[in-house]
Amino acid sequence: MPVPSILPVGDPAPADGVLPAQAGSGAGGRRFCLYVHIPFCAVRCGYCDFNTYTATELGPGAAQDEYAGTVGGELDLAARVLEQSGVPSRPLSTVFFGGGTPTLLPAVDLARILDRARRLWQLEPGAEVTTEANPDSVTPESLQLLADAGFTRISFGMQSAVPHVLKVLDRTHNPARVPEAVRWARDAGLKVSLDLIYGTPGESLQDWEASLEAAIACGPDHVSAYALIVEDGTRLAAQIRRGQVPDIDDDDHAAKYQLADERLAAAGYGWYEVSNWARTEADRCRHNLAYWHGDDWWGAGPGAHSHVGGVRWWNVKHPVAYAGRLAAGESPAAGRETLDEATRQLEHVMLQTRIIDGLATAELGPQGRREVAGLIAEGLIDGAQAVRGRVRLTLQGRLLADAVVRRLLEP
Amino acid sequence: MARTAPVPAATDPAIIRNFCIIAHIDHGKSTLADRMLQLTGVVEQRDMRAQYLDRMDIERERGITIKSQAVRMPWEVDGTAYALNMIDTPGHVDFTYEVSRSLAACEGAILLVDAAQGIEAQTLANLYLAMENELTIIPVLNKIDLPAAQPEKYAAELANLIGGDPADVLKVSGKTGVGVEALLDKIVRDLPAPVGDADAPARAMIFDSVYDTYRGVVTYVRVVDGKLSPRERIQMMSTKASHELLEIGVSSPEPTPTNGLGVGEVGYLITGVKDVRQSKVGDTVTNLARPAAESLGGYADPKPMVFSGLYPIDGTDYPVLRDALDKLKLNDAALIYEPETSAALGFGFRVGFLGLLHLEIVRERLEREFNLDLISTAPNVVYEVTLEDKKVLTVTNPSEYPDGKVSEVREPMVSATILAPNEFVGAIMELCQSRRGDMKGMDYLSEDRVELRYRLPLAEIVFDFFDLLKSKTRGYASLDWKADGEQVADLVKVDILLQGEQVDAFSAITHRDKAYSYGVMMTSKLRELIPRQQFEVPIQAAIGSRIIARENIRAIRKDVLAKCYGGDITRKRKLLEKQKEGKKRMKMVGRVEVPQEAFIAALSSDEPKDKSKK
Repeated sequence: MPVPSILPVGDPAPADGVLPAQAGSGAGGRRFCLYVHIPFCAVRCGYCDFNTYTATELGPGAAQDEYAGTVGGELDLAARVLEQSGVPSRPLSTVFFGGGTPTLLPAVDLARILDRARRLWQLEPGAEVTTEANPDSVTPESLQLLADAGFTRISFGMQSAVPHVLKVLDRTHNPARVPEAVRWARDAGLKVSLDLIYGTPGESLQDWEASLEAAIACGPDHVSAYALIVEDGTRLAAQIRRGQVPDIDDDDHAAKYQLADERLAAAGYGWYEVSNWARTEADRCRHNLAYWHGDDWWGAGPGAHSHVGGVRWWNVKHPVAYAGRLAAGESPAAGRETLDEATRQLEHVMLQTRIIDGLATAELGPQGRREVAGLIAEGLIDGAQAVRGRVRLTLQGRLLADAVVRRLLEP
Repeated sequence: MARTAPVPAATDPAIIRNFCIIAHIDHGKSTLADRMLQLTGVVEQRDMRAQYLDRMDIERERGITIKSQAVRMPWEVDGTAYALNMIDTPGHVDFTYEVSRSLAACEGAILLVDAAQGIEAQTLANLYLAMENELTIIPVLNKIDLPAAQPEKYAAELANLIGGDPADVLKVSGKTGVGVEALLDKIVRDLPAPVGDADAPARAMIFDSVYDTYRGVVTYVRVVDGKLSPRERIQMMSTKASHELLEIGVSSPEPTPTNGLGVGEVGYLITGVKDVRQSKVGDTVTNLARPAAESLGGYADPKPMVFSGLYPIDGTDYPVLRDALDKLKLNDAALIYEPETSAALGFGFRVGFLGLLHLEIVRERLEREFNLDLISTAPNVVYEVTLEDKKVLTVTNPSEYPDGKVSEVREPMVSATILAPNEFVGAIMELCQSRRGDMKGMDYLSEDRVELRYRLPLAEIVFDFFDLLKSKTRGYASLDWKADGEQVADLVKVDILLQGEQVDAFSAITHRDKAYSYGVMMTSKLRELIPRQQFEVPIQAAIGSRIIARENIRAIRKDVLAKCYGGDITRKRKLLEKQKEGKKRMKMVGRVEVPQEAFIAALSSDEPKDKSKK
């Protein structure tokens, strides 16, 4: 669950990080989660615009071997800020380490960070603790260490099983390594998710089919499949502009999404969010769902985003600036926004529509309700579900989810 | 400079000289006029700003004069103080009528030609007008300071045109001032003094009227007979309307009230009227108590040649547009308009213009001075349509074109003069032929410069003809045209349909031979401009019920962002809000959402920009 390299524009955040009063209101009804951003990669991939760095030595407090201590400092600050802001302390429901490549840090560092969080907030019984990993940055030993430290789940960046596609993506791992890594993770007692990317320039429908088959053959509990987005400023964007690789194509993406849904469903994986499929309800990524449900989470690390009770904020982007803020005893937040009721309602429609539970038709405004019948007729939402009072996207609707959301919103 | 300037209202016509300057855009008329203002001392050095006479911003920016003005300047020759009236004339073909009235107010004209470029077609047209008005012509080559100047060559060309000796062509530089004093002397010596009957009932010709926010309409006149005095009641001879003369005076160049204006004098009148239509260019002003029996003649109502629909991009701006047009009308007697409704564009106005430049200027003034964002539909001309039952319709808007039962359509024609270096004759002939032109003649002005004369349908030159002419002749060709009757032509209306719904804004009347290419051009343009919808959208071009071109916009298959980065919901929400905002600016044509920009782009003459169908 990486963070992007571009920060939004918002209000300034205070140096002490204290949140507006609304943050604590109704907290009992929301889960509390933690995201930890690890901003390091061995190689910068051409398509990637996430906030990540390849240098091992970024500067004071930002070096890889100091990072666990630095980000631990933010966790201490988080506990203090939440208390000062009147947000009741809740045990963590989920913890997610994303990047970057979290497993570039030694497993003991990840374990240290998790321990710090556990000491500050406790973990709920059965809490979900995930880390992202590159298939070539793990060993049976490191995975066992993670499991022993309390990690329950690992998400491998498989992306594709086809060498020429991996090459365009600048991914360095050997695809043959993936089944092996999955096996080691299982042996260590971890649940496994595989991340796939479709629609890479040069990827044929057959290539994508091969990647899907390879992923399914590994027998993961969970699969995420994301369409490649060409972000401005990436090397891939420059290559496309210069005509060195073909541009991505929405029709191709649509065909590949349909194929993914068909193959995954046939193999027993059901969709629960536009880009996510799980074997059973228990295998769904609860951390991911927290974002769509509007739960509370603290995002630690440079550029990380947080949300507590309708207050959203984001940290300064550069690891050196980030470490500097914490060293000075200041909040690393770069900006924030406090959502009003109308904006929270808009976000609720936008986020909730993407998941299988969908949105209650009762939560729609008059304009949104008028659209429902048309959306059923156009095959974009499930008619039977609508009759039962839920807006649930059909396969067609998932492909046009943003258009559906625009129609459900009040003008 | 004159030591004692003659006093207005008491000036002997024998010491008055009325003249104008005929020149092409960029040939330096305004710079020369500025230099004259300085040399005669009516504008102090410190008040001088470039192009003093061109008052409107647009005029200054484009370096062209739209509205004429008159300035009275003193000048002494051989110990006698003279009064020179310089009447500034518009230089563009759209304003031929105004030019002709300005010329009628003068006894002489300076024919000003760029010594590096030679005479241009529009200048030639105005020169003909001046000669028809029996004006004395003083040929002058300007910009002789330029390294590229060829004074000998162009002096020969001018002498050849108007008769006379190349040696008599004055050579000046408005920029450096060289030769300008000699020119002022020559104006006094060569131009005839005005002649009129001081005792006859007053007759003065209006050659311009301008709306001023503070003073109402300012009317510029040339007195032919009699005298006009302050506080008397005057009458407009064409409308019989009478007004009190609140103020009368001369411009030098700021307005200066006088005791009146006598025979041969040029000045301004203020009567307190608020609309330039009450003070029509070409009309004759007389005294109400002692009216003249006959007007000076030559008055004609301005006739719009080109029509276009103007629509506010934001529909709520409609009242602003209406008020803006009402205000512009006060200052522009040629501007006519009436409300019009388009299914696609909403409420707007069908506006008539003298020509394309007039259209552009009006549109630019509306956008700039009234802060409006406008769409203008493709310009079209006026058609006379005779139905089978002999009823005759005047069609100024393609959407009013009758369906079926048409026995005859007549379209307006122009006679065009094109001047260009002879190497481009082939390219020009090709262009004119492709525009249904009929060649009327060809003459060599000099060894390497050719004048071509064509009769063309006006509709063929209103859109992009001039641009094409310029590009085919590397910018060397110049064009002048004037209305020249009408002709029967095989014209049809081409409609554009989106998913079977006709879009009125895109309908066009074209020659039957060109209907297909219009249909193909517009349908393929729209295919590029209209975003994909949730369903397939056919775009068709049709003549009546017959489809002549077709394109398809495929249904959109994907409209979802796959992921939400690390909980950056803010970014996703802002994108959604932007999309929602974009949706508000869509016009619905049936079920099809068409972005406002698509209308603008499809109706502009530019090629559509490459738009990837993401």
